[in-house]
Amino acid sequence: MEVTLKGLTKKFPGRDRKNRSEVTAVDHMTLAIPDGQLLALLGPSGCGKSTVLNLISGLLAPTEGKIFFGEDDVTELPPEKRGIGLVFQNYALYPHLTVRQNILFPLENLKGKEKLTREEMLRKADEAAKLVQIESLMDRKPAELSGGQQQRVAIARALVKRPRVLLLDEPLSNLDARLRIQTREEIRRIQRETKITTVFVTHDQEEAMSISDLIVVMKEGVVQQIGRPQEVYDSPENLFVAKFLGTPPINVFEGQVRGHRLYIGEDAVLQANVPDAPVYVGVRPEGFLMCETGALSCRLNRVEVTGRDVSVVSENAAAVSRTVRSLIGAENGGEAVSGREGGEIRFDLVPRKVFLFDRETERRIFLEES
Amino acid sequence: MAEERGKQVVKNESGEQKVRSQRKGRMSAAGIVTYALLGVWALVVLFPFYWMILTSIKSYSAYNGEYIPKLYTLSPTLQNYADAFTAVPLGRYLCNTLLFTVLTTFIMLAVIVLAAFAFARLEFRGKNAVFVLFLSMMMIPNELVVITNFITVTNLDLRNTFAGLILPSVTSVFYLYLLKENFEQIPDNLYYAAKVDGTSDLRYLFRVMIPIARPTLVTVTILKVIECWNSYVWPRLITDDADYFLVSNGIQEIRENGFGRENIPAMMAAVVVISAPLIVLFLLFRDKVMEGVSRGGTKG
Amino acid sequence: MDGKSVNGSLKGWLYLLPALLFLGVFMVYPLVDVFVYSFEEGYNSASQTYFGVGTYNYAYVLRDPYFLQAVKNTFLLVVITVPLSTGIALLISVGLHSIGPLRRFLQTVYFLPYVTNTLAVGMVFMILFKKTPYSDGFINLLITWFGGEGVDFIDGPYWAKMFVLCLYTVWVVMPFKILILTSALASVDPAYYKAARVDGTSKLRMFVRITLPMISPMIFYLVITGFIGAFKAYSDVVALFGTNLNAAGMNTIVGYVYDMLYGDSGGYPSYASAAAIILFAIVFTITCINLLVSGSRLRR
Repeated sequence: MEVTLKGLTKKFPGRDRKNRSEVTAVDHMTLAIPDGQLLALLGPSGCGKSTVLNLISGLLAPTEGKIFFGEDDVTELPPEKRGIGLVFQNYALYPHLTVRQNILFPLENLKGKEKLTREEMLRKADEAAKLVQIESLMDRKPAELSGGQQQRVAIARALVKRPRVLLLDEPLSNLDARLRIQTREEIRRIQRETKITTVFVTHDQEEAMSISDLIVVMKEGVVQQIGRPQEVYDSPENLFVAKFLGTPPINVFEGQVRGHRLYIGEDAVLQANVPDAPVYVGVRPEGFLMCETGALSCRLNRVEVTGRDVSVVSENAAAVSRTVRSLIGAENGGEAVSGREGGEIRFDLVPRKVFLFDRETERRIFLEES
Repeated sequence: MAEERGKQVVKNESGEQKVRSQRKGRMSAAGIVTYALLGVWALVVLFPFYWMILTSIKSYSAYNGEYIPKLYTLSPTLQNYADAFTAVPLGRYLCNTLLFTVLTTFIMLAVIVLAAFAFARLEFRGKNAVFVLFLSMMMIPNELVVITNFITVTNLDLRNTFAGLILPSVTSVFYLYLLKENFEQIPDNLYYAAKVDGTSDLRYLFRVMIPIARPTLVTVTILKVIECWNSYVWPRLITDDADYFLVSNGIQEIRENGFGRENIPAMMAAVVVISAPLIVLFLLFRDKVMEGVSRGGTKG
Repeated sequence: MDGKSVNGSLKGWLYLLPALLFLGVFMVYPLVDVFVYSFEEGYNSASQTYFGVGTYNYAYVLRDPYFLQAVKNTFLLVVITVPLSTGIALLISVGLHSIGPLRRFLQTVYFLPYVTNTLAVGMVFMILFKKTPYSDGFINLLITWFGGEGVDFIDGPYWAKMFVLCLYTVWVVMPFKILILTSALASVDPAYYKAARVDGTSKLRMFVRITLPMISPMIFYLVITGFIGAFKAYSDVVALFGTNLNAAGMNTIVGYVYDMLYGDSGGYPSYASAAAIILFAIVFTITCINLLVSGSRLRR
């Protein structure tokens, strides 16, 4: 089922006593989610991503705009008529019902032609349970399950009616780090098996990158960028997106383009065939190459060895956050610098890991291939 | 009735346990004084009950023969219980009270469950204003409204009917408040999940909210049952036909016109029969009752 | 989430309807009406007519010797029983808190009066204290054992009757107070005691400087509810002295209200209303004073 949002807008009345003006949670959002894909809505808290989910689910009515499921305009439909499954961060399982009763609950609501016999219901519940691998827990109460198990039950409950669209609202945020990785792979598997179009809300960029087909980055109700995870990472359209994606985060410097050269501080680091202007320079941590004759000069702070990589933390006066974090593969002699804390260290920059942004608009300035 | 109620701190059993275990050991002088004090009060509390049971199994002649009352009896009899049920319509009073208690409690539960659901779960214009009105009604003592209710019920020709007894006893703003608070603790997401699945509000109320709020409902039910079983003032005002007397009025009637003032043993048998149901209820649901009362109840 | 539509509004009010009906008919309307009654002079309940509007009802009630007697009785009862019961309850709760064995059992025992019918157990108190031609009663037996002079506590001198009434009142209100205070004591964090013990604080000082301040909100709560409850004393008085309280000289303000409304001397809803409003004014004033005092104390 393809899901299309057209100019979707939601305004809330101001809650503040002092400030009664409306708050725009979602601002003219237009987006198409291809059938069977998993889309992640990514953004910091309060960016309107959960509101989008609630609009798709029908729990909220949009102020403007339309929502289509395939060809059907569902904008005016109440939640129960849309054929969606919804999973919450805190699972929202009914605490007094067993796992089986929880999964059966949506089926028992079906009326008229859709009404199922008890056997059909039980069979469907078993199928859903099997899909998320909780068959052995069917007679337990939610309180007797771990967080990960509870989330599986919630997913089974959302899937049992075979929804056209599955909506997941921060489904992993209540789990500990290990379970989170396990469960997100589980969600990916289930989504692939069922081929249900899925919208997944998260504030965790790593999570979004790892499981989604498409990422939508949002900020203050406005879509910043839509694209495949790697695309968005490799080619952010503005400073916000660049900063939001990637761990460790991108390093931002204040720079200058002068005569087709990009300067960070007084160091000319790259060719840049763009007009002269003050810019922000974003450099991914993996975009640094340690090199005695490197163009960028920094003062070494410390070296952190985390097994896989060595991260070199240094200082540069032009860096917005003062410190510069670069990832150097351990085999590239990262350890060679340890013991030289306080001394100078020089880097060359990898051009495709360097992004320029306009100082005013913070939009990307694309370098023409030279 | 309700202004004397407030929220209580929850008991901290584990905390006590520690302090207590450290104090264990030899019995100090302070310990002896403490036990003596507690023992005396236990005696003061229990003695009337003992006396009531003792007197109820003394025979009429034995009781009246004791110028100096004895603390025991060697010839217990159940005759007084038979008298209590035959000489006065005690059975009828019990049935009336049971009917009154069950119906009042049931109607009250229905009313407050619906109202608490509206306050806790639904959004509608004027909700907050109405809720403030409800809350302010908790301050109004019963004595102030009983007068008009008496006249209303009299004018409606409902004196000496169950409707007249029950209807004014149904309103319980405090219990409504307790239940609303409890309903509000149920996470919103449960409601949204149910909405998405196409659950109607009523079904959500019965399948999800009521089962989750069961402990509070049990508490409220027990408190209301105690209140109903012991109610005296309203039934006294509204009934003068012994066919509609509740146990409280019945016992007063027995005292003033029943066995004659002298058949104290039969009277005590009646008192035992009247007191027993609530005591049994209490012993069965001890923790529930005590928790409920500490969350918000006083006698009366 | 999105229920502010007309449909949602209607639904909310529909759920509230039963509660609103009961509340409107049996609380809001009577509340207005009781003021109306209290100012209608010469109201006749049979013909439902009245002569005029004014404060005569209040003047009459305030001059009525029975009312003045009732006020005196009520005030005496309040002044004696509230401090007494709170003090004893505090003692017992502290005792209960400090013991290990028997604690649960004693808690159960102490709670029993709460779940017994006030009228029924009052009858037991009556026979324990009453002096009849056949027997002096159990209490008088005790008094003579200790070399005192027997007295009829039920039909005898005023002080004796007041004594029984206070005793019974304390007996009745104790369970609630003990329950509240024991849970308040239990909720004091044991870490405070540990810290104090490390500092070598004496037990008395610990109680005065730690325990008492920590539970003082609950004590004030009990004092306030105790005042309110004692001002409304009625059914326990009836239990001891019968329904004709004016004749016994033991009427209370609430008793006066009901007697004016109904019973042998009844049929005067206007006087009853005036008396009820005076009672409400007294209780309201005292509660406000209490709150002010406790407020300033707690702030200090």
